[in-house]
Amino acid sequence: MSYAPSAPILKKIEEMIASYPERSAALLPVLRAVQEESGWISPEAEAWVAAKLGIRPIQVREVLSFYTMFRREPAGKTTIQVCQNLSCTLAGAEDIIGFLREKLQVGPDGTTSDGRITLVTVECLGNCDHAPCLQIDGIDHGRVTRESAAALIRELEAHD
Amino acid sequence: MIEDAVRLIPADDSSWRLEAYLRRGGYEAARKAVTSMVPQDVIAEVRRAGLRGRGGAGFPAGLKWSFVPQGGTAPKYLCVNADEGEPGTFKDRAILVRNPHQLLEGLIIAAFGVGIGQAFIYVRGEYASIAGRLEEALAEACAKGFLGRGIFGSDFNLEVVVHFGAGAYICGEETALLESVEGRRGQPRLKPPFPAVVGLFRSPTVINNVETLSNIPSIIGRGADWFIARGLPKDGGTRIFGVSGAVRRPGLYELPVGTPLRAIIETHAGGPPDGLAIKAVVPGGLSAPVLRPDELDVPMDFDSLARAGSMLGSAGVIVIGDRTPILDVLEVMARFYAHESCGQCTPCRLGTSWIHKIVSRMAAGKGQRGDLDLILDLASGMRGRTLCPMGDAAAMPIHAIISKFRNELERTVVP
Repeated sequence: MSYAPSAPILKKIEEMIASYPERSAALLPVLRAVQEESGWISPEAEAWVAAKLGIRPIQVREVLSFYTMFRREPAGKTTIQVCQNLSCTLAGAEDIIGFLREKLQVGPDGTTSDGRITLVTVECLGNCDHAPCLQIDGIDHGRVTRESAAALIRELEAHD
Repeated sequence: MIEDAVRLIPADDSSWRLEAYLRRGGYEAARKAVTSMVPQDVIAEVRRAGLRGRGGAGFPAGLKWSFVPQGGTAPKYLCVNADEGEPGTFKDRAILVRNPHQLLEGLIIAAFGVGIGQAFIYVRGEYASIAGRLEEALAEACAKGFLGRGIFGSDFNLEVVVHFGAGAYICGEETALLESVEGRRGQPRLKPPFPAVVGLFRSPTVINNVETLSNIPSIIGRGADWFIARGLPKDGGTRIFGVSGAVRRPGLYELPVGTPLRAIIETHAGGPPDGLAIKAVVPGGLSAPVLRPDELDVPMDFDSLARAGSMLGSAGVIVIGDRTPILDVLEVMARFYAHESCGQCTPCRLGTSWIHKIVSRMAAGKGQRGDLDLILDLASGMRGRTLCPMGDAAAMPIHAIISKFRNELERTVVP
């Protein structure tokens, strides 16, 4: 199976490449754009990106395997990232994480059996005055309680 | 109280908009610098102001700028460090959301002073959803002729690109950030050469934190003396102290450099909630060695914190209440540094993961006699033995937790 981005993403990628003095420097933003559209970065997409930027495939793999936000396998339709660093731990993050795992019936960094929601723990999200905090597909939610967490899940399920 | 016109984080909800910024006198300092000052005078004024880097290291910003070779036709770059990843730190986020134009104005002045034509703003990937205002601000500044070609009708040109990270604490280290902008793993470079001479794309490069640059417009607009008067002679201005953990009013407090830590916690953040007392305080982001309740009268400036055996770092204050087992704190630290070590230097790669294994074992109730000394030994083996400051950043806070709370750890850990 080969990979090809949609026309609008391809246009965006060309603009990204043009904004750097060296083509290969656009690697992070290009991978980001690919992942935004496809949900993950497949081996075929890796090869496409390498060719596009004129770099070796291993250089793409090195970067993909280093940064935690890049996904080399498909995840759920929605990703919930719960912060587990110090300020959030002090505010009860562990309880929220346990509650969500129980509610979604998933293990550490797992995806629900219907493939809808992936739940992962992350380090500091930089929202410490709103601890405990989490992000749902990149959008911040703070001062999370069991009740507000349950409401967020209900909302996600209703929107499906 | 600090008047809204000079606050880094204005209270007004519409503060992020261009019109609001212009009403506060925005872009006048950049206009003054570009149209009526020579670059050397811009650098000299910032040096005189005693502005120290707000990212964590506290290096004098003007001095950093002065290391870049002057003149020449080769490109020079500016990187704005918005990779705010030090746990307990959330101040740059607030500037990006509430005052992006002030950051851009500082960036314009810095670039003019150093002779830079292209800037990259490195925003951590986790902040992508809040970066919309920054991107809008960029577009507005370009449309007004504050950025782009022929800025303020001069022959000064400046292009700005927003570059997103993708989840790696280490990219806040300046040479790792450069590697990341160039499209590689964020693995720090050996120094020297320093980025001021050989940096991004092998060219002279300045890397400044968001809050550092956001102070520049006031320094140029109101002068170095005004800035020094708001802080200390060798550490001028205000700091945005982020307070989280066991306090009544967690949040950001912009106060003069040198404000005592106890006042920040008690007066501004309201102290611990009823029924809780303070057990320990992390004064400057997770990597800053912890302080005990009897050490909280320290003034919050770089030199005073260093004398107290800790560091001001990113000024992220985390208050730990007396009901929190100190082992929980140690566990978070051990996990975090093991997760974030980039893997390049053996002492950090092995040291952080070994410490994490021992602490996890302790947390599972299987602590062994000698564990604490083994951790201390591993921590001291990391110090000073890595390419970048991360080895020290991991070793120092872990060492402080064990040496200051040894009794509690021994009681709970050793069978």
